Amino acid sequence: MLASRNVRAAAGPRVAAAPGQRVILSARAGRRALTAAKAQKKEIMMWEALREAIDEEMERDPTVCVMGEDVGHYGGSYKCTYGLYKKYGDMRVLDTPICENGFMGMGVGAAMTGLRPIVEGMNMGFLLLAFNQISNNCGMLHYTSGGQFKVPMVIRGPGGVGRQLGAEHSQRLESYFQSIPGVQLVACSTVRNSKALLKAAIRSDNPIIFFEHVLLYNVKGEAGDADEVACLERAEVVREGTDVSIFTYSRMRYVVMQAVNDLVKKGYNPEVIDLISLKPFDMETIAKSVKKTRKAIIVEECMKTGGIGASLSAVINESLFNELDHEVIRLSSQDVPTAYAYELEAATIVQSSQVVEAVERVCGGRVPVAV
Amino acid sequence: MPFKVHRIEAPSNIVETNVSELMSFYKLMYKMRRMEIAADMMYKAKFIRGFCHLYDGQEAVLTGIEAAITLQDSIITSYRDHCQHVSRGGTVLELMAELMGKREGATRGLGGSMHIYNRKNNFYGGNGIVGAQIPLGAGIALAHKYRGEPNVCITMYGDGAANQGQKYEALNMAGLWNLPAIFVCENNHYGMGTAEWRAAKSPNFYTRGDYIPGIKVDGMDVLAVKQAVAFAKAYALANGPIIMEMDTYRYHGHSMSDPGSTYRTRDEINAMRTERDPIERVKKLLLANGVESAEFKRLDREIKKEIDDAVEAAKAGSIPPDSWLWKNMYAAPLGAEMRGVLPGQYHAPAFDPEYKS
Repeated sequence: MLASRNVRAAAGPRVAAAPGQRVILSARAGRRALTAAKAQKKEIMMWEALREAIDEEMERDPTVCVMGEDVGHYGGSYKCTYGLYKKYGDMRVLDTPICENGFMGMGVGAAMTGLRPIVEGMNMGFLLLAFNQISNNCGMLHYTSGGQFKVPMVIRGPGGVGRQLGAEHSQRLESYFQSIPGVQLVACSTVRNSKALLKAAIRSDNPIIFFEHVLLYNVKGEAGDADEVACLERAEVVREGTDVSIFTYSRMRYVVMQAVNDLVKKGYNPEVIDLISLKPFDMETIAKSVKKTRKAIIVEECMKTGGIGASLSAVINESLFNELDHEVIRLSSQDVPTAYAYELEAATIVQSSQVVEAVERVCGGRVPVAV
Repeated sequence: MPFKVHRIEAPSNIVETNVSELMSFYKLMYKMRRMEIAADMMYKAKFIRGFCHLYDGQEAVLTGIEAAITLQDSIITSYRDHCQHVSRGGTVLELMAELMGKREGATRGLGGSMHIYNRKNNFYGGNGIVGAQIPLGAGIALAHKYRGEPNVCITMYGDGAANQGQKYEALNMAGLWNLPAIFVCENNHYGMGTAEWRAAKSPNFYTRGDYIPGIKVDGMDVLAVKQAVAFAKAYALANGPIIMEMDTYRYHGHSMSDPGSTYRTRDEINAMRTERDPIERVKKLLLANGVESAEFKRLDREIKKEIDDAVEAAKAGSIPPDSWLWKNMYAAPLGAEMRGVLPGQYHAPAFDPEYKS
């Protein structure tokens, strides 16, 4: 698996990267761009941000196209491609029949010729049907063809546990895809990073599997302008701290930040890192944090067995053993199919109270902050 | 054998040709034949390892296809892909070196027998999983249409793959959007060890596209193949997908680990060789039209020598260096490092499609 030690920006000239700032603005960022950025400071929802990213990239590059179920006339089951078929036509926003294996292969074939398809899985879980195409063709073709064929595609869609959607519609496929050689895994979490990361993913020549979350589409926030393209391999420092490093991604970031509210009142000062890049890991940011706090907790929605946290835990143990004062704690979902009943579903995934308990265990007692 | 058709008018079965065209067919088919026989010998001598699927007996299918299309049209096929490399402009040396796992090979020794690619001449491989190339082919056809190119994608697969679900998914999509895709089923009547009638409820593969028109062609007759493919190309560019079933035969087993005689009789194989061999057919036509048998002797010697030289050069080729293990994992260099087997070992994946170092 890929572990990033010397991460460099994937695209465009860089601004000096201070911790937490991982935004790369293009060289054209002059007054006009700044004014446009200021004008765009209204809050939008994540689905709108993703839609903006797709729209801007399709306008910029005629080889970018979208394919998936109900992405065209229906507008996307989560509205991420709403109205785009009217602007770009049916061939560039292609409504496919329900055949994941078939249209994933079709996307790979199109990408081999140089097109840049964005293939949407209506739910990431459905992409299990396309596993062969994703693993053998999308992931491996660049290598087995001796570098002849690139596969510049983005596979995106919502995953994760929703609201009582049942076991088959609540899956976390990042754990299955992480072993595939040749693919990059990226998980967005905020309005801002979702747009900037999706733009970067579309521009990247590598095959990117882009994980969104069913429950985050209506999260509100500010998005960047058309020039804001994030670095796909860099983690995001959500909160600087000194007591413990909490590594998380996707919706669990919000669960962690909810726990942080309680933890701060109890006198703790946790550092929260949003992994963003699930493969490769941003070891530069991760190592810097662990060296500072000497304690690591991973909070993820993957299953305990074989999840992203399992890999991250192994990496931290192997490369940062002497920097740790405590074994790596991993909070993951239970190894059970996600139940339907609300209470059981909640018991399957990590809750913020469990994050608080884990921090208390790892850090020991603290003097609570006077309220 | 006349064309059999499904939902379409048959092309004429009167074909015009000339000596020089037939000679070019003969040369290519004989080259393919000798190449596959050399691969057989090299496999038995353990220079080639793993899986090796040979194409001898089916040469007319590929030769006829190539005669009807250009190098701007695309071809994708399964693991029985050695001859496509050569027909699409690759050299025998590149193929042999790839089979032997040498750095001079078509995919630098990284792909092997089942993963031969030639991007320059629109050969998209070379795919190991049965049927997985069919949706890829639909995607390539989609790209041709997307860009407005006057080209088709020939997607080749076998009678075994014809029972895969993803084939029907691809056919449905190609039909919906009228993609310029020609689906060629190379029906050699056996899916590895299982005869077609034991695997397919309906072995009339050219009809199984239902609403997609189909043509069944004598795949041992290179002129019939050429005629039908030219017709299919014109149809596909104007209307949309079409299925072609090539009635053909492979002399070898499914692969080198299969003797090929446990599920079929030697009499059947010999009968094919004597009655329907594609190369003999063309040779007879040429002999009857003024070409001297001495010319064939000369040509055969020349082609055999070319193959033998390539085999010797491939044997003398060099092993790909360890550093190539990490090349071209990713097209965009990430500045990341990959972990080695032992702790503390790191390797930087580089993007270097020329394999300069």
